[in-house]
Amino acid sequence: MTGEYGAGSVAHLAFGAMMTHRTPAMTVEHIKQSSPAMRDPDAPAAIDVAHLVKVYKTNRAVDDISFSIARGSITGLLGGNGAGKTTTIAMIMGLVLPTSGKVSVLGHAMPEQAADVLGRMNFESPYVDMPMRLTVRQNLTVFGKLYAVRNLRERIAQLASDLDLTDFIDRASGKLSAGQKTRVALAKALINEPELLLLDEPTASLDPDTADWIRGHLEKYCRGHNATILLASHNMLEVERLCDRVIIMKKGRVEDDDSPGGILQRYNRTTLEDVFLDVARGRDREAAQ
Amino acid sequence: MNLVEQMRGLAMHRINAMVLRYWYLLRSSWPRMLELIYWPALQIITWGFLQSYISQNAGFFAQAGGTLIGAVILWDILFRGQLGFSISFLEEMWARNLGNLMMSPLKPIEFLMALMIMSLVRLAIGIIPMVILAAVFFHFNLLNFGLPLIVFFCNLIFTSWSLGIFVSGLVLRNGLGAESIVWTLMFGLMPLVCVYYPVSVLPGWLQPVAWCLPPTYVFEGMRALLFDQVFRADLMLGALAINAVLFAVSFASFLLLLNSAKRAGSLISGGE
Repeated sequence: MTGEYGAGSVAHLAFGAMMTHRTPAMTVEHIKQSSPAMRDPDAPAAIDVAHLVKVYKTNRAVDDISFSIARGSITGLLGGNGAGKTTTIAMIMGLVLPTSGKVSVLGHAMPEQAADVLGRMNFESPYVDMPMRLTVRQNLTVFGKLYAVRNLRERIAQLASDLDLTDFIDRASGKLSAGQKTRVALAKALINEPELLLLDEPTASLDPDTADWIRGHLEKYCRGHNATILLASHNMLEVERLCDRVIIMKKGRVEDDDSPGGILQRYNRTTLEDVFLDVARGRDREAAQ
Repeated sequence: MNLVEQMRGLAMHRINAMVLRYWYLLRSSWPRMLELIYWPALQIITWGFLQSYISQNAGFFAQAGGTLIGAVILWDILFRGQLGFSISFLEEMWARNLGNLMMSPLKPIEFLMALMIMSLVRLAIGIIPMVILAAVFFHFNLLNFGLPLIVFFCNLIFTSWSLGIFVSGLVLRNGLGAESIVWTLMFGLMPLVCVYYPVSVLPGWLQPVAWCLPPTYVFEGMRALLFDQVFRADLMLGALAINAVLFAVSFASFLLLLNSAKRAGSLISGGE
């Protein structure tokens, strides 16, 4: 990634190296200091959420949450079922309208200015599918055209090679295994080389090998493109491996927000899974200590 | 978010992408293609024989040869136009692909325009064989309507799109539980739009309701052309005016229902 940030290549290499050799003590502040985007004081955050509330009839699915996500970072949204992760991501995408509060994506208010920003972001979720009867190539062609991808054939060939789709690229999407479908969904999510990628449980129902492979690819993409990733997950290993920052949600509220190392330290735990259990079972951080 | 705002920044490449998506789908499934031809063909054969039988025994129908067949074909344009629109929309619901589309740069107006194009494609696949069958077996040449046929067609297709847009909005808001409306709505209108009989047959209190529906004007216009050899431009202008209102209302309804779906979280099936 060069050009956009001037002499970004050297800075990016440093940033990439930092991502690879992340330490538990690293916090979002480290990311902010290192992120090329942050060197431009005018560059807006990738995502800005302010006092976001979503009420479905009587259920307060998201309850006054606020956070800001720096460009070039990978942030995990952790929480049990019903914590509000999917609703939060859907509101960031503009698929769900908030009851109150504000969302800004890449400097544009959502959903009012969605048209200005949707082409620069993408998403993957287990709650949507690719059309089953279309082949992988046809699906990628359709989405590539929707996103006005230049040199689409080359881009599809590149994704097929990167994500190992070549063997089944002309097979109907409905005839693929779960792992293959996830790779295709990821290819769709990356077709426009998004600056912001929203992932809702990207490795759900995958075997450990495929899941690990997907994580590796996401990490590589984020480093290579200085992209921002926000991922919702139940998988603690995934979050520990990928994320610079973790936002823990419970009952629609932000329960904690720090680097994985910072959270482990505060809860005096060695794994995020233990932290997750503490939060889920109502043992607050003092009790945990 | 009105029509003018929607039209700003309209991109042909996104409309093309959606048409391509439906074309791939149609091409991949021969039962889908066969179904498009099968029902209209069955319809014209059944009604064609009935028309032949009646015209042998009733002087009135013999005079106005082809009234039934003409009505059947025009009705099918209306019905299949709406179905062609709505089925392409339902394909997205069945495929759970709506989230992908709503999250892409595709605008609602572009999505609807792609659905309109596909309704024409699907209509052509079904209606052209129907028209050929009518000409070959029942000596009814639809093209003999001449230029009025274009006006008939435009009015019917505009109505079918308006209904298609409205029904799609309902399905978007209420999920596939509302799917049955797609299949049944047009049949609910059938008695009112006077496909096979003149408006004067309806009771007096029902006639104003019939005149609120653009297809009524088309079927009356068709009968005027066949019985009296007169093209009723006044009827067609009336139909066009109502169609313009209907289209604007259905588009506004679609946007309202889309917003309502976003408020209710209907676009993310499953989830938390």
